[in-house]
Amino acid sequence: MAEVQENSGSKTGKSKQKKMTVRVDFTPMVDMNMLLITFFMLCTTLSKPQTMEISMPAKDNVTEENQSLVKASQAITLLLAGDDKIYYYEGEPNYKDYSSLKQTSYGADGLRAVLMQKNADAVNKVNALKQRKVNLEITDEQYKEEVSEIRNAKGTPTVIIKATDDASYENLVSALDEMLICNIGKYVITDIADGDNFLMENFEKKGELSRNLAE
Amino acid sequence: MSRAQIKKKSTFIDMTAMSDVTVLLLTFFMLTSTFVKKEPVQVQTPGSVSEIKIPETNVLQILIEPSGKIFMSLDKQQDMQAVLESMGQEYGITFTPEQIKRFVVSPTFGVPIGSMSQFLNLPEDQRDKILQNQGIPCDSTDNQFKSWVRNARAANRDLRIAIKADASTPYSVIKNVMNSLQDLKENRYNLITSLKKVED
Repeated sequence: MAEVQENSGSKTGKSKQKKMTVRVDFTPMVDMNMLLITFFMLCTTLSKPQTMEISMPAKDNVTEENQSLVKASQAITLLLAGDDKIYYYEGEPNYKDYSSLKQTSYGADGLRAVLMQKNADAVNKVNALKQRKVNLEITDEQYKEEVSEIRNAKGTPTVIIKATDDASYENLVSALDEMLICNIGKYVITDIADGDNFLMENFEKKGELSRNLAE
Repeated sequence: MSRAQIKKKSTFIDMTAMSDVTVLLLTFFMLTSTFVKKEPVQVQTPGSVSEIKIPETNVLQILIEPSGKIFMSLDKQQDMQAVLESMGQEYGITFTPEQIKRFVVSPTFGVPIGSMSQFLNLPEDQRDKILQNQGIPCDSTDNQFKSWVRNARAANRDLRIAIKADASTPYSVIKNVMNSLQDLKENRYNLITSLKKVED
């Protein structure tokens, strides 16, 4: 391959020219290429990082009057506390009864189970739709359209995420992740209120604070 | 009985095929990969199941370190220049062409605007060292972060904001950044995460 054979053309010549083979040694070339490959493998990344798209509500138009109130029966409030603790309550907070606040975990059988159960209808619909997409009955665009329709349909729960200052960024991302997994279309990240801090403290002390308040 | 004569064989291996393969691999790597950007601090992004990829161009990346230091990077050099010039105007600082050139080629920036020109005068290796301990101020009294984002937006309308924060960053820092973005009516942004599978 890398050799060129030179045939001596003239036989009428005086001295018979020797058959010469010009052989190019490719070994240094391979060495250099290997070096370059190593360089590229070490200095570059193949995969682009993943992102999560979130949109926050605009600050100025959220006033008391035009704030859309969430139906209490459809609302779940998540309280993200420090040390990877997470609490939730459904509907309106009950300051008198500490057991209205429940503690859960970020794992598959904690928060996800709660949200899956709350949003069972939408989850089932999306799963059915996924199956149809696998069977090539609907296209990718149709699938996306219908999923967003299901997610934002009436009757799906609204999740309010409130993170304390002690919570880590990972906690927030995990919570947002669960929204994605559990097909919850309506969720919002808001600041924690004093009432929520009270609820958590009350929970830790097993209702001592609310008893003191009643007395 | 004559001994079987061992033929002298040449040990020359034809490397042409090997060379072909390596060139092919090299081409593949050059075309598919992107260079790792030099970041002043290493951050561990949290895992997420989201599979949306970050756009390649027009990204304003906000890097947040666990202790709350903020760094920023832009991917287009003309944006970098425009941002520095408008920031200089806002804070009444003029930069020399040499300083602007240095700023434009730096991968990440994040020093208070007051010490920016002093910082740009330093040689590169010293700048890298100093940058680690700096960060853009982002508190209510002196929110330069907000000015940077506003000027970046003015320089490029199609800019997308991506927040890359360490998993262990406390929420108070993130809240601060998010509130600043909210003040600027930047309500849509991306959070950079690493891929994680849904465990059942």
